[in-house]
Amino acid sequence: MYEHLETAEHPDKLKRVVIDPVSRVEGHGKVTLLLDENDQVKQARLHIVEFRGFERFIQGRPYWELPVLVQRLCGICPVSHHLAAGKAIDQLVGVDPENLPIAATQLRKLLHFGQVLQSHALHFFHLASPDLLFGFDSDIAKRNIIGVIGAHPDIALQGVKLRKYGQEVIRVVSGKRVHGTAAIPGGMNKPLSKTDRDYLLTDIDQIIAWTASAVELVKQMHCSNRSFYDEFASIPSHYMGLIQTDGALELYHGGLRAKDTDGAVIFDHVDYCKYNDYIHEQVKSWTYMKFPYLLSLGKENGWYRVGPLARVNNCDFIDTPLAEAARVDFKQHFENPQVHSTLAFHWARMIEALHCAESIKRLLNDPVTLSTDLVTQGEKRFEGVGVIEAPRGTLFHHYQIDENDIVTRANLIVSTTSNNTAMNESVRQVAATYLNGRELNEALLNNLEVAIRAYDPCLSCATHAMGKMPLAVELVDYDGKLVDRLVKSSSGHIAAA
Amino acid sequence: MTQTFMLDGLAIPFEEGQTIMEAAIAAGHYIPHLCYHPDFTPYGSCKLCNVEVNGKICAACTFPAREGQTVVSESLERNSDRQRITQMLFVEGNHFCPSCEKSGNCQLQGVAYHLKMTDDHFNHQFPHREIDASHPDILIDFNRCIFCALCVRASQEEDGKDVFAISGRGINKRLIINSDSGQLRDSELTVNDRATHICPTGAIVIKHTAYQVPIGDRQYDHQSISEVSMEQDGNVS
Ligand code: SF4
Ligand code: FES
Repeated sequence: MYEHLETAEHPDKLKRVVIDPVSRVEGHGKVTLLLDENDQVKQARLHIVEFRGFERFIQGRPYWELPVLVQRLCGICPVSHHLAAGKAIDQLVGVDPENLPIAATQLRKLLHFGQVLQSHALHFFHLASPDLLFGFDSDIAKRNIIGVIGAHPDIALQGVKLRKYGQEVIRVVSGKRVHGTAAIPGGMNKPLSKTDRDYLLTDIDQIIAWTASAVELVKQMHCSNRSFYDEFASIPSHYMGLIQTDGALELYHGGLRAKDTDGAVIFDHVDYCKYNDYIHEQVKSWTYMKFPYLLSLGKENGWYRVGPLARVNNCDFIDTPLAEAARVDFKQHFENPQVHSTLAFHWARMIEALHCAESIKRLLNDPVTLSTDLVTQGEKRFEGVGVIEAPRGTLFHHYQIDENDIVTRANLIVSTTSNNTAMNESVRQVAATYLNGRELNEALLNNLEVAIRAYDPCLSCATHAMGKMPLAVELVDYDGKLVDRLVKSSSGHIAAA
Repeated sequence: MTQTFMLDGLAIPFEEGQTIMEAAIAAGHYIPHLCYHPDFTPYGSCKLCNVEVNGKICAACTFPAREGQTVVSESLERNSDRQRITQMLFVEGNHFCPSCEKSGNCQLQGVAYHLKMTDDHFNHQFPHREIDASHPDILIDFNRCIFCALCVRASQEEDGKDVFAISGRGINKRLIINSDSGQLRDSELTVNDRATHICPTGAIVIKHTAYQVPIGDRQYDHQSISEVSMEQDGNVS
């Protein structure tokens, strides 16, 4: 649809608008918009720098360190990295997922649901809800979590408590709220005590109720301005993610399923250890991020989206009742077989949060979860692949080790990488709609930010505490002359600095 | 009549031949230390146990207790020196506690907590050091070695082998392995050797055992290094 903006014929002749998040911590990115002589958006690129040197850092280390090492490399979803690496190193000690002790699998799921719940709650309530509740162009001073606390104290408080609950699940299973230890080769290092189980059960019904009302809240937003929500930054795309054998939504373990824009199956129940036969990564000169694509569809057309929207689109049903009802409702709202609205990510995200809350209750009530049979061993292997559905989408960890147990090769495909092309597409779509002329305006900045944020990318700038991406915007003409510049600080203040 | 010396204003009884460290531990007083271990010949290298004896700085682990000595250990000055020494140990190696399998069971980390070390103070040297993973059961990560020579002494004095040695000085100091190839797999070290289990840091670890002890159950999760030391070092075997 907006593909023509990707590569202009004479990029050297184009004016450039550079939007540069002024970030220092994990991620760094910028948006470059190339204009033609008529000041129309001709090319749009989202630059993200992350995970550089990641694989090199791991090489040379003993494999058992991986789950703990990798969670340190990304500050945003450490538990997902921990578990993906955990699944990979199970294979290195000869244990396939079906042979892991049931209690270990259930504890890992519990940990994972806790992580997804807290991540989704953080994203929705802290980062997205200010935009959605007040409008993208509302007073910037109020459009943050503090503003939400003022105007909707009940909603803000629920967000805080949902996140806290998710963190408590993580603490109970892994020993710490962040960066604990849990997965070890072939199992888990600590059983769930009855006391901890009862402690987590105390509030679970309230947590389920709150996530259910969060789903309702997003739905109301969509219904209040339907055409806008349906169309903003929307792009028809393929979707990929894990799926259960029976087609149910799956976050921890399953086969890979990909569907096309109309919902037709591209591949299904693929053993993720063979991911390399189905997904390849393309390198582009202008960014460090790679561009994964579905091999059968080729580099041009094979890009896909992952994450909550992909998972809810791809599954046949959800195996917890409230989330399933919410999914049916969601599908009915959009009518199309696949939902392509980028803002629908938020809706899907809350459906998943509800599913996590219901699943946590189910796991806590299952006596098997308390079992102390937690570790098993098999024959050593030299290669292991672990795949998990992280909050932001499918996460691949692939390792090779030598005869001395040292990692010789590592390959990781992180969720944000899979959404790379899609985010570019959405940026292009928004830029094509909102940028016109030589003037940079606040509306464009706000809209780009909202579009990028819908994907919940793991950029530190996108998850800034106040939920505001710090952005520097420069308008440069083809002679290299700066014609306009806007800087948006992390507090949301905009100045022509 | 029992002989005594004064440690931080308290009378400490001792027996002839005891070091200040031994007498202090026997009396239930912790003096920070890393290279000292009650089972092995004192080595006096880390200097963490430095105390003032009648105004002179001495290593408590090697200096003999004497009647009437005045020993100062818990002073601001001694502890700030100890903190600097610990900080040096951290920057001279590559100690990444957050991902280290010894975290929570590591004496270097335990001492750092005890001394309320909150930063590294010095610039990290990031020395280039290797891992020796050649042994089927044991791994040496030289990045975490603090040259306490406990493995050297344990191998010689208890295992009756001579697997380790410290070679070189200053920045060139390194732990070497006594085997034709220089690799651990060709040495006499076995998983049951005392030397295999003696390392105060995560430099010598048993393969495939990492992170099995959950957070909350590790050595220093509920007890400080001074408490653990009183329990363990006081129980001389
Ligand atoms: S390997 Fe451990 S025991 Fe041996 S000298 Fe180094 S720190 Fe001390
Ligand atoms: S403990 Fe005395 S010098 Fe190391």
